[in-house]
Amino acid sequence: MTGDGRRSLATSVAALVAGIAVLVAVAVAGIGVGAQAVPPVEAVRALVAYDGSADHMIVRDVRVPRAFLGMAVGAALAVSGALIQTLSRNPLAEPGILGVTMGAGFVMTVGGALGLAVTSAGELMLSGIGAVLATCLVYAVGRSSPLRLVLAGVALSAVLSGISLGMRLMLPDVFDRYRFWSVGSLAGREQSAVALPVTVIVLALVGALLLGRALNAVALGETVARTLGADVVRIRCAALVLITVLTGAATALAGPILFVGLIVPHVARRIVPDSVPWLMAWALVLGPIMLLVADMLSRVLLPTGEMPVAIVTAFLGGPALIWAVRRYGTRAL
Amino acid sequence: MTVVVLRAGRRSLAVERRTVTLSTVLVLMMLGLALVGLCHGPSWATPGEALAALVGTGDLEVVVRDWRLPRVLAASAFGAALGVAGAIFQNVTRNPMGSPDVMGLDAGAYTGALIALTLWSGTAGQLALTSVLGGLLVAAAISLLSMDGGLSGLRLVVVGIAVNAIVGAVNSWIVLRAQLDVAIAAVGWNAGSLNGVDWTDLPIPFTVVAGALLLMATLSHAMHQAALGDAVAVTTGVGLDRLRLLMVLLGVACTATVTAVAGPIPFIALAAPQIGRRLARAPGVPLLPAALIGAVLFQGADLAAQMLLAPVSLPVGVVTTAIGGCYLIWLLAQEVRRA
Repeated sequence: MTGDGRRSLATSVAALVAGIAVLVAVAVAGIGVGAQAVPPVEAVRALVAYDGSADHMIVRDVRVPRAFLGMAVGAALAVSGALIQTLSRNPLAEPGILGVTMGAGFVMTVGGALGLAVTSAGELMLSGIGAVLATCLVYAVGRSSPLRLVLAGVALSAVLSGISLGMRLMLPDVFDRYRFWSVGSLAGREQSAVALPVTVIVLALVGALLLGRALNAVALGETVARTLGADVVRIRCAALVLITVLTGAATALAGPILFVGLIVPHVARRIVPDSVPWLMAWALVLGPIMLLVADMLSRVLLPTGEMPVAIVTAFLGGPALIWAVRRYGTRAL
Repeated sequence: MTVVVLRAGRRSLAVERRTVTLSTVLVLMMLGLALVGLCHGPSWATPGEALAALVGTGDLEVVVRDWRLPRVLAASAFGAALGVAGAIFQNVTRNPMGSPDVMGLDAGAYTGALIALTLWSGTAGQLALTSVLGGLLVAAAISLLSMDGGLSGLRLVVVGIAVNAIVGAVNSWIVLRAQLDVAIAAVGWNAGSLNGVDWTDLPIPFTVVAGALLLMATLSHAMHQAALGDAVAVTTGVGLDRLRLLMVLLGVACTATVTAVAGPIPFIALAAPQIGRRLARAPGVPLLPAALIGAVLFQGADLAAQMLLAPVSLPVGVVTTAIGGCYLIWLLAQEVRRA
């Protein structure tokens, strides 16, 4: 590394710290926004000097857990997107668009309706199984080209949403309990058992950060990676496991949320080109920012009540997909 | 290839024998399914009773003529419209995935209809108009966004998917903002269904669909010339830009009209032209097989939707989504194997 590289390391660290500061600011702002607006000062006081007032209770029992939930889900989706894009070297890859998210949500919904997901561990398991099945199927059908992979994912998502709509009409009582999961949202999830999935996400995120250096080699191409002494197969498997775990756990927590995993790595790559570890780090910061901002929007876009956050991310993510197709679509495909 | 020449006075038409046989078989299937559709209901009628009711005798006249017949006719006409719309888009994009539903034209038509429902009274005329406008806007947006020195097939489709996601989010937002009764009607409609279709809903859509299909039939020769390549088309005197524009307009009109009445019915536009092309073993994406297979598929899916959970009638869109998505996956797998 040259002297220039060292200077850019200092700059990169400073930039990342600034990013974290933005994340904290967004989180605090998010705690104030909602049906019952709480001023930022009051929000901070609720945390450090709790006095049991209505505002403080909302902050402690609803807004703060929800902010942490949003951060965990946002980080999981963004990092799994970064992993899948690096691994497949496909700029359009994203667990949501590729149908992995929908697969996880679908198996979880069906399993839950059949009474298999009574515990948080059960939900997590089902969600993981769905993610694995969907990944295998979509990859088998669409591996020949990035755009085809997207189509296979869209087709799978369509089949699953059709079947689940049919089942909801057939067994309305059974499915009513799980209808929340059909559209991704953070609302009302704060109170459910989140300890296990969040722990799993945190562990997987640490794993992704550790894997970053090894993936740096794989990103250069298989031959180069081999000459550098990287065990390509083992790295690939590890990355696939992490993608599945992150997507599955995020879906178990919040339901299917698309596009976060697509946009965030693209933004991160503009900030830090050509470095997978930095990409992971930035995904870890930007993912939560995006999801928290989308969640804030979801609370104010309707005159009454809330909108599922997945609708907001689709609204933000569609243009990003168009941009990505225009930018990368015809090249290298 | 065996060619049959049909003559009527001084006009003659050369048709491949395979196409004639195929069309005959498909028309027979349509009639058979239509008969089943007329007989099917909470109480089954025998075919004899149904036919008697059709000509105005027997006890079941009201049930068959006023309740079941409009539904059967709507399924055939809308299926044909979707099949032709799919064939048009697959010809224009030169891509088997380039169907109006994958690219979000139904979602756009649905947005238009939602606007008519929430802002105005939502009469049949308003619905037809706003859905066609919505579909056209989405089509224009997709072609503008994917243009960059020519339209590349798959890229167009993926841009369509992205536009579909945005428009879908807008639709959800409108539904969530709407008043409860409008929202319930809109959500039920979004599943795509012929439940409750009766004669009063049909005159405008049937006129639009019939006009579009007739016009398209006159364009089919030029379309096949264009499919042979731009150079051939120009030398044989086909104005390509105008032809494509007209075709897209007709395709949008078909899709949007169906969406305005029945809601989005996914995958018929995708599957019918491809099945037709395979069965007819024809080059390009021919229109007549696409229309007939579209009609057969729609009728079959609608019957399945009525029977699967009888007496509850499922939205037909649920059936076409589940089956059509599997078909799309299979189609992709086939292409992978060939590649």
